[in-house]
Amino acid sequence: MELICPAGTPAALKSAIEAGADAIYCGFNDETNARNFPGLNFSRDEMRRGIALAHRSGAKVLVAINTFPRAGGVDLWHRAVDDAVSAGADALILADIGLMDYAARRHPNQRLHVSVQAAAANPDAIAFYVEAFGARRVVLPRVLSVPEIAEITREAACETEVFVFGGLCVMAEGRCSLSSYATGKSPNMQGVCSPASHVVYQQTPQGTNSRLGGFTINRFGPDEPAGYPTLCKGRFSTELGTGYIFEDPVSLDATTLLKGLRDAGVTALKIEGRQRGRAYVDSVVRHFRGALDALAGGREADIASLKPFTEGQASTVGAYRKTWK
Amino acid sequence: MWSMSDPSAARSGSLPVIPPLLAVAMRPLPLLPLQLILSGVLQRILQRNPAIFDRLGEHSRARFGIEPTDLPFSFVVEASPPRLGVVHVLPRDLDARIRTSLASLLALLEGKVDGDALMFSRDLVIEGNVEAILALRNAIDDAQLDLVEELSSLFGPLGRPARRALAMARERVLGASHRHGGF
Repeated sequence: MELICPAGTPAALKSAIEAGADAIYCGFNDETNARNFPGLNFSRDEMRRGIALAHRSGAKVLVAINTFPRAGGVDLWHRAVDDAVSAGADALILADIGLMDYAARRHPNQRLHVSVQAAAANPDAIAFYVEAFGARRVVLPRVLSVPEIAEITREAACETEVFVFGGLCVMAEGRCSLSSYATGKSPNMQGVCSPASHVVYQQTPQGTNSRLGGFTINRFGPDEPAGYPTLCKGRFSTELGTGYIFEDPVSLDATTLLKGLRDAGVTALKIEGRQRGRAYVDSVVRHFRGALDALAGGREADIASLKPFTEGQASTVGAYRKTWK
Repeated sequence: MWSMSDPSAARSGSLPVIPPLLAVAMRPLPLLPLQLILSGVLQRILQRNPAIFDRLGEHSRARFGIEPTDLPFSFVVEASPPRLGVVHVLPRDLDARIRTSLASLLALLEGKVDGDALMFSRDLVIEGNVEAILALRNAIDDAQLDLVEELSSLFGPLGRPARRALAMARERVLGASHRHGGF
């Protein structure tokens, strides 16, 4: 299985290569990708140099252009596709069908992947992308169990890729409007979930209050592990009590499920975290490189815990081991 | 003074702190010499890494207050124009404040720890303009700073022994996870 690793900066891309990535995914520094955070991402020149460096090291670069173009502003997305192709991208990760159509017509030899933002979660949806645009791989949403992934992969007309570590989005990705409701900006359109421009941290004697767009979404006690200020992981008080309504602050860690994912026929494993630093990229990529090598060699993986890197200092296998309907 | 039993500590966020008694002993020390040295380091870093300004973007004129929790003084840092002040109490008119231990701060500057991980473990506290803080964090992480190199450059002909001494000090504080290389 290929190990697909995140890079938010050229330095992180280099760290991912050195740590054993088979491929790195990254995006341009604008709203065309779903991690459009301040100070993050690649200029055109950085992308060209990053792809050249990866290719010299035997790694691939997949360019994420996975937001949905604005009406009247589609040129920005078309330019991103053209520039990624001319920079030598090994694949484009796209979500919007109009952009898929543009890429397939304009660059018929370019490998296309269906982003998780497209929420293609069944064989029929996947078949549409394959038949209409020649998509070669689909990134599956993080709401499927391993048996469901196996079933989809068996029927899918292209390769499948699944997340194995990092942020655990429990929504129908590409369709979630929680961030947009609170801030007017979303990962789907502007490339930012819970944008930093709308986040406020307040230190109080009771702990740290995190606010998003004027809504208080959590209060962490002085020594309580914290999470991202996203509405889906907010802790709310209702007449029934106080607690997490959608999900606790927790990260996905599927290290223990690698064999099951391999047996399911999955082609590639993705590490989330383009917004994270080099230390995260280095440690998490090394961890999964070691785990995959051990799996290939029939050995038990001797791997350190990734707990310090997890949101809320806790991990889960999420829907991969689904105990609910 | 420092102890580092776990070599992965720099990456995982469990870094040592300066003992409170030593911090108290440091309090009467004059701040100006430290300010002059650190201002020189800041100037050099910004000159050698102009991409930092690109990543800071609209936040390049932001005033950051950096408060090492285990030191009796704090820093006020601006990138454009480059200014660094050492103060006992941070002023109120800052754009953003960052609180963490000195070791975590050094590890962050060298990209040895992940800022989000420090936030999750509550070893890093931020207030103010979160967007400016994120831009700063990403700019610094991409710059691949080598603090030993930056500091020892100030010692002129004594640069080589200074580099050795500083490298040993860094080893004790941050462990052996240092990486070299540019993009």
